[in-house]
Amino acid sequence: MSIYYTKNHEWAKVEDNIAMVGITEYAVSQLGDVVFINLPESEKSYKQDETLAEIESVKAASDIYSPLSGKVTELNSKLDNSPETINNSPETKGWIAKIEIINSDEINKLMNKEQYQQHLQTLK
Amino acid sequence: MKKMPLHNLHLKLSAKMGEFAGWQVPLFYSSIISEYKQCRQSVALFDISHMGEFIFKGDIEKSGIEKAVTVWIKKIPVGRSRYGFILNNSGGIIDDLLIFKINNDKLLFVVNAAAESIDYKILKKSISCGYLENISTKTAKIDIQGPLAKEVLAEFLNCSQVIPYFGFIEFDYQGEKILISRTGYTGELGYEIFLPNKFVLSIWEKFISHEKVKPAGFGARDILRLEMGYNLAGQDLDDTITPLEAGLSKFVNFSKDFTGKAALVEQKKKGVDKTRVAFVVSSKRIPRPGYKIYYQDKEIGEVTSGSFSAHLSSGIGLGYLESPLTPPACRDYSDIKIIVGNNKKVKIEAQIVNLPFYKKGSLRKGSGLHS
Repeated sequence: MSIYYTKNHEWAKVEDNIAMVGITEYAVSQLGDVVFINLPESEKSYKQDETLAEIESVKAASDIYSPLSGKVTELNSKLDNSPETINNSPETKGWIAKIEIINSDEINKLMNKEQYQQHLQTLK
Repeated sequence: MKKMPLHNLHLKLSAKMGEFAGWQVPLFYSSIISEYKQCRQSVALFDISHMGEFIFKGDIEKSGIEKAVTVWIKKIPVGRSRYGFILNNSGGIIDDLLIFKINNDKLLFVVNAAAESIDYKILKKSISCGYLENISTKTAKIDIQGPLAKEVLAEFLNCSQVIPYFGFIEFDYQGEKILISRTGYTGELGYEIFLPNKFVLSIWEKFISHEKVKPAGFGARDILRLEMGYNLAGQDLDDTITPLEAGLSKFVNFSKDFTGKAALVEQKKKGVDKTRVAFVVSSKRIPRPGYKIYYQDKEIGEVTSGSFSAHLSSGIGLGYLESPLTPPACRDYSDIKIIVGNNKKVKIEAQIVNLPFYKKGSLRKGSGLHS
């Protein structure tokens, strides 16, 4: 399994042709308390960088973009009732969806962990 | 952007900072919701030093200062404060404010940061004698709010002092006076403390060392005030909205003369063009300022404030309906179902309700008649 990141602070854990998707610790630290998430539609295909989900914290509403193009195969429906899981555990229990990757070349557009850490440094 | 006297302390506490009315302010220290709960359940300490303060000294009646505000200053008892407005000639709200009667010829005006300079100009222009000083830059303000605030204050003062709701005392501190007022913006029992900048760090640290007290930021404050239905000037109130439209006519005294009175009298006769409403959303989704309000597919108004009510566990908001609903005679909109959203994808069902959203506030606890 390999983990990749976007500039918008989504992560994708890729295993075979499935990517588990969520938002990073940094994203959560910027959002504050998450109170609502509008999950993607099951079975629907999303393009890379297309709005996959909407998230609302007390502070702001933001879009979550799909790190890769693909079809949604599984949703973390537990987030409907306990969106705060994203605050408590953004990079494990707070995953948002699993998508079946259509075009693995798109992974080249993502950052690895080291590159993402460097990206965060530029935001300070 | 302006920095508050406790700016470095907020940074030291790793506060997430944000901008409000030209000031850098702490939005939250740990989390908005936990700081909200701290205030509803125990005691929260807020740095509110961005607010504006003016001192007036002189003969209130002769000075002409009454004309500038909607409340009757001469009727405020010494040791009490009152809420009111500065209006323009059309009756629009330039600012809301508190007026403290320190004695019969000394007043403290507390105004919003965004309108501070215009308020000062208007008040200054209204007086023909007497003296008005803008003490904002040398005055800090910390709010200590929560059901247990009284005992925390008693420890600070070293005595139990009964301050009635909307009453205040002047307290001698290291040779100077600090003003402690039983008011707030949270719906809980609490105090707003006005003090010279040089004391703010030591007094903040005295309060924060109390085991029941934790700091809270502007994020929590916004939920707290919204759950009470308190307006935020510049957002829920502005110079195109009259107190009648905002449902705040009880803070306008029609038996005195004030700027904007003629327009309000006219509006009383003709009826208002818009009406402020409060609504609860049917999900945890937050209605954001600027979202439109729809009724039976027709756009009828706009959201001015919205947040997540931790008490109701759902989104809540305030807004204005631009045109009366049918039947037009119906002034009580409660229980009417509306949709709030933006033009794109957000559409949230909501229901108009009566304020406050939060009815269990301790704000008047142990305070004379209202205890």
